[in-house]
Parts: sequence; structure tokens; C-alpha cells
Amino acid sequence: MLTNFLTPSDWQTLTLTLQVAALTTGALLVLGTPLAWWLAHSRSWFKQPVTVLVAMPLVLPPAVLGFYLLVLMGPHGPIGQWTQAMGLGVLPFTFAGLVVASTVYSMPFMVQPLHNAFEALGKRPLEVAASLRSSPMDSFVHVVLPLCRPAFITGTVMSFAHTMGEFGVVLMVGGNIPGVTRVVSVQIYDHVEAMEYGDAHRLSAILLVFSFAVLLLLYSYNARLRRKVGT
Amino acid sequence: MKSSRLSLSLCIAFWGSASAWAGQAQVAVAANFAEPIKAVAAVLEKTTGHTLAITVGSTGKLYAQIKNGAPFDVLLAADRATPERLEKEGDAVTGTRFTYATGKLALWSADAKRVDAEGKVLNNPNLGKVSYANPKLAPYGAATVEVMNKLGLTAALTPKLVQGESIGQAYTFVYSGNADVGFVALSQLLEGGKLKSGSMWVVPQALYSPIQQDAVLLKKASDNAAARALIQLLQSPNIKDLIRSYGYDI
Repeated sequence: MLTNFLTPSDWQTLTLTLQVAALTTGALLVLGTPLAWWLAHSRSWFKQPVTVLVAMPLVLPPAVLGFYLLVLMGPHGPIGQWTQAMGLGVLPFTFAGLVVASTVYSMPFMVQPLHNAFEALGKRPLEVAASLRSSPMDSFVHVVLPLCRPAFITGTVMSFAHTMGEFGVVLMVGGNIPGVTRVVSVQIYDHVEAMEYGDAHRLSAILLVFSFAVLLLLYSYNARLRRKVGT
Repeated sequence: MKSSRLSLSLCIAFWGSASAWAGQAQVAVAANFAEPIKAVAAVLEKTTGHTLAITVGSTGKLYAQIKNGAPFDVLLAADRATPERLEKEGDAVTGTRFTYATGKLALWSADAKRVDAEGKVLNNPNLGKVSYANPKLAPYGAATVEVMNKLGLTAALTPKLVQGESIGQAYTFVYSGNADVGFVALSQLLEGGKLKSGSMWVVPQALYSPIQQDAVLLKKASDNAAARALIQLLQSPNIKDLIRSYGYDI
């Protein structure tokens, strides 16, 4: 039914966006977890600047982030030079580039909840586990993960939802290539500019319902958890 | 000290605004005319005291904004169809439409040696990304599609194409080195009649239909003196010379 509701090109942007969001969330889990752990436990002077860097995408206009990424990842930028030296070409206008840009853009949504949870957890549970001869990896999987599950769920859901709605950064580094970098928000923008308001409405409504449903699920989960802890 | 400085600046402000009974017009301008309109605004201010508040965007976006109540007084579009449509739909003042410029398409690279005088670079197998404006929204993008078809290069170039939302962004992609070459407006490349930087091929007119760009006075501005002065100025011989120096025909 949904396939008739949307045109094939709208459908394509939607699946592409889901792919970008899923890969970005995966990358953030892998990169964000150790980073948040380090932020929660390090005493380095370097910690505050890194915390601020992670939070920057929250306050910077996406256009600024997109512009710098375009320049940095372009053939003359330091990241572009590096990727070229590695034989990877340059990142702008590629699907991989979109995932990299989205990972930077959604970083605070993953790292901040984890950072807070790791800090609240403290070192004590790990010390107890270590005294029982649990290896650090064992402790992480069997102590940290279960105790910090709400933070992992919040981080995952928020990163995913935030990447789904990304616009300014993609507009800057994407190049609007069908099936490669044309995500749903850019498609909506194009529909509006081309006065195809019906198409714009349909896609917008899907995003609206999606965002509402995701946040509702997350908030009810958190509320249930609080009740459990409370009793 | 502080208050005396404030009252002084207030005096200057009042004196400035009262000196010429000057008004202001809000102009919506297609991206290709972003540079020339600044020069036009300077002439307008010098000769009449009227000032312009300039909004630049793709013609399609500007149309959507006007239809949704954007407070523009004049539209300088990148095509003829949009001003005509606005007039038909009652959003523009009848009889105020005219062609203020005919745009030219150019293939440009930021590299001074990349683009040759015949555009042969398009056949080069090593050609990197090619940027152009979204053909659905920007007449220069639609002209690019025509050129590629006429040259029989559509299939070869399609995998290399990247789209900007306007030719402003198509230009940025080339300027930042992310696109090898790009189809942009000649007006973006010239300053005082000369190529600013890089290398270009002015696409022959035979390869695409003329990009006639019309201006129109919008309904909201029917009694705005600044807007009417701009419309008049754009039709004067001196301004036509100025517009030509940016690579337009008129």
C-alpha cells in the first residue's frame, strides 16, 4: 500500500535515508562508546575540549558543519588528501561521505547519554567485578552494558531519528544524486521548490508520524523504567 | 558620553533617511544575477536614494515563497515562465513584465588549464564530477540537460553529475574542488568583462534554448516608489551596458 502511496523516487529516498541512519547509528555505537567511556573516566586536560567538540553540532548551524566538511573532505582539504592517499578517493557526493558527515552531525546524541550514564555508574561496580577476577571485557559486557542499557537505547534511538531528519549538512556535501545521496529531507525540499505540494505532504507526513512514534516509544520506555526503579 | 554618542547617531540616522525621501524595495533575485544586482543596487542608491534588500535563490524557490506570502516587491527570475505565471495567477502587476537579461551557460573549472576553448574536456575519460543546477528548479540546469542531449553525452556524463540546488551551489562545488568542472552562468565567472579565475568554455547558443530572464513588479509593490524606480532603471541604456559586462545579452 505504501508503495502506491509514494512514487518510486520518493520510495528510493526513504530507503536510502533509512540506510544512512542505520549505518550512522552503528558507527556511532562503535566509536561513541569508547569515546564516552574515556570522557567519563579520563583526567586529562584534553577532556574538556573534546567534550565541547562533541557537543558542537548541537549549537552550530548545519550549514557551517556542512560547509567545513565539504572543504575538509574535498580534494584540497586535509581529510580529502588523506582519503586520496589511502586510495579511497574523496568523500563528498558519495554514500560513504554522507555516513561520515552524519556521524559527526549526530555524535552528541550518542555520546552525551552514554557519557552521563558511565559517569553515574562510577568505578565501583567494575572494581567489584575485577576483584572477582572478571576481565575488563567481561565486566563491560556483563556489568556495564546491562546497567547502562537505558542510555544505550536513548543514544541509539536519538541518533537514528536525528540522522533521518538531517538536511543542511546533506545539502552541502551530498550533491543530490538519486540513490546515492538524495535523502528524504532534500527530496521534500525539492518537492516544495518545484511546487509539488502533494508529494511534499505525503513524505512530510511519514516523517512526522515516524518521529512521533519513535519518541513516544522511547519516552514510555524511560517512564516505565523510572517507575520500576522507584518502587 | 554614551548618551551623547547615541543622540548623535540618531541625528545622523534621521538626517540620512529624510534627505532623499528614499524608500526600500525587497527584491527576489535568481542566483545567476546575484553579482550584477549588487552593482545595480549601488547605481539605484546613488541616483535615487532608494535602497534594495536583496534575497537570492533559485527561481522555483522564490516562486514558492512569493505564493506563500513572502514580502517581495520585485522578482528578477531566471526564466520567462515564472513571472508570466505569477501575472496570470494575479500575484504580479499586469504589463510590468520585461526581459532584463538573456543568460549564457558556461562550463567552468577552478583549474586554469582544465577546460579548453571547445569544451572537449567533456569527452575526457578522466573527467571527475560535473556539477550543475537542479534542472527541475533552475533554468541553467535545464539548459545543461539540453546541452548534454545535443552533444550526445547524457549517458556518459550521468554517472558524474552532482546537483546543486541553484547555480550558486553548482559554482561552490567547483570552487571548493569537489567537482572537476561545472555548468554555471557566465555571469558568475566574469568581473569587468574578464574571467575571474580558472578556465571556461562559453557553451554555444545553438546547443540550448535562450535563457531569457524576465523581471516583474509584484502585486504588493504596485505603489512602492523604490520598486518602480528599479524596474525603470533596469530598462535604461547605461544599466544594460552594465548587465552586458557580466556576460549577458540584452
